[in-house]
Formats: sequence, structure tokens, C-alpha cells
Amino acid sequence: MLQGIAFYLLAATAVVSGLLVVTARNPVHSVLWLILAFFSAAGLFVLLGAEFLAMLLVVVYVGAVAVLFLFVVMMLDVDFLKLREGFARYLPLAIIIAGVLLVEMILVSVAVVQNGAAADAVLGAPRPDVSNVEAIGRVLYTDYVYFFQAAGIVLLIAMIGAITLTLRHKPHIKRQNIADQINRPAAKAMEVKTVQSGQGVSPEELL
Amino acid sequence: MVVGLQHYLAVAAILFTIGVFGIFVNRKNVIIILMSIELILLAVNINFVAFSTYLNEVSGQIMAMFVLTVAAAEAAVGLAILVTFFRNRGDIAVDDASVMKG
Repeated sequence: MLQGIAFYLLAATAVVSGLLVVTARNPVHSVLWLILAFFSAAGLFVLLGAEFLAMLLVVVYVGAVAVLFLFVVMMLDVDFLKLREGFARYLPLAIIIAGVLLVEMILVSVAVVQNGAAADAVLGAPRPDVSNVEAIGRVLYTDYVYFFQAAGIVLLIAMIGAITLTLRHKPHIKRQNIADQINRPAAKAMEVKTVQSGQGVSPEELL
Repeated sequence: MVVGLQHYLAVAAILFTIGVFGIFVNRKNVIIILMSIELILLAVNINFVAFSTYLNEVSGQIMAMFVLTVAAAEAAVGLAILVTFFRNRGDIAVDDASVMKG
């Protein structure tokens, strides 16, 4: 009973905030609705017994991806109203395609639950001796270890790609050139002058 | 109010559809398109986790983690491309972005 109330609350929040993501006028509001949708999905994951993935969703999506979106939206100085111009023109086609897609997907999922691959699937009771994190770890680091490494490589390539894309060298800024510093010979760096006693050195002589 | 597998699948289907709808409707605003892709990947994740729990098979959650990885990488690279595009053109209207057409 309580689980049902929680499910419908979280599902309704996720769907409504998802709809507001794509229809909000202000992109900053879109990002905030996206964060709410992610939070509701994390709640659904908790209901399903996938606590680790729920926390991962909050940390990765809300903490990293959504904040990245927020930074970019706020830093770009764009007239967002101009970008909404085609909204009404594309709306009928979008509604038709979305409606067909939704009906198809719901029909397939009902079929797969009633007499498909997941015909007799029941919500498994969580095993008391193995926590969710432990179960994931046991499989992830044994059967899927190569995929795990590949995921790390994907993240590394994404990081390098994002840095190379956004890094730029301005031409008129003085930077430290370490190779030049190291390659400067001692003969160019200093000069010994013999100074007559009692006369001193004039500035012209130093240059 | 018994919640079954089909309820979760229905929520995922609705979120996926909203993502596709958002791509169609906001054809010019590439930021909203990227957010719609994130919604689609979230719907896929809900499907993976729901099947994983109801079939008592933890590998679905592993797949959801990989989807999460790819989604984060895709968002980072996509936003980096967007920032570079904005620097070069002073605008992010993607419908006239045909520089690389050849």
C-alpha cells in the first residue's frame, strides 16, 4: 500500500518534470526540472531495491551532469526565445510520433510481462546476507571487469576530448616557457664586470 | 495498489517518449536536445533496473551503470562542442549549422 503510494507519487513527479524539461521557456528552469526528474528516478530505483544505482544517479547526474548543464546554460549569452520559434510548427508532428511510439512501447511491455520473457517475474525479496552494493561488486569485478575497464577508457577519452575542445591559447598572453628557461645558457644569463674601485657602475654600462 | 513490472516499464516508456518529443519540438535549441537525450537514457536505465529486479539478475544494474557512464561522457563532450560552437559563431542555432557539409 505505502509502496504503491510512493511509486505513483515518484512516477507522476518524474513524468511531469520530464514534460516540463522539454516545454519550459527558460532553459535554466529546464535544467532544474531535469534535476527533479533525476531525483524522482532515484526514488524509483530505491523502490526497486537498487540503492547503489540510486545514489550513483544522484551523485553523477545531479551532482555532475546537471550542474554542467547549468554552467553552460548560464554562461552562454543566447537569446533563447529566438530558439523556440519552430515550437508550434513542429508540435503536431511531434505529438503524432510521440503518441505512436508510446502506444507501441506500452503494448510491447504489457505483452512481455503477460506472456513474454518476463511472464512469471515477481519482485524478488532482497537477500538479507548480501547487500545491493556487494551483489553488484561481485559481478562487476569478475564477469564484467573488461567492460568496467572499457568504461574507464570511455571516461578518459571524454575528459581529454572536452579539455582539448574548450582549451584555447590566446596569442597576446605571456606564459611561462619552461623549455626556454632551461635551455638558456649561463653565458647569456650573467656577466662579470670588473669595477674600478671608488668609481661605481653607471646604468648605461649595465645594459 | 500492487505495483508490477509493467508499471515501471510504462513510466520508462513515457519518459522515453517525452525525450523523443523534446527532440522534435526543440529542433533549434541544442541544449534542450541534449537534455532530452539524458531523459531517454534515464528511461533506458529505469527499464534495465526494473527488469534486473524482477528477474533477480543483477547484471541489469551493471548495464545501467555503463549507460550512466556513457551518458556522462556524452554530456561532457556535447557541452564542450556546444561551447566551442558558441565561441566560433556567437550563436547556438543548430539548424543552420551546415559548415561541415562539404
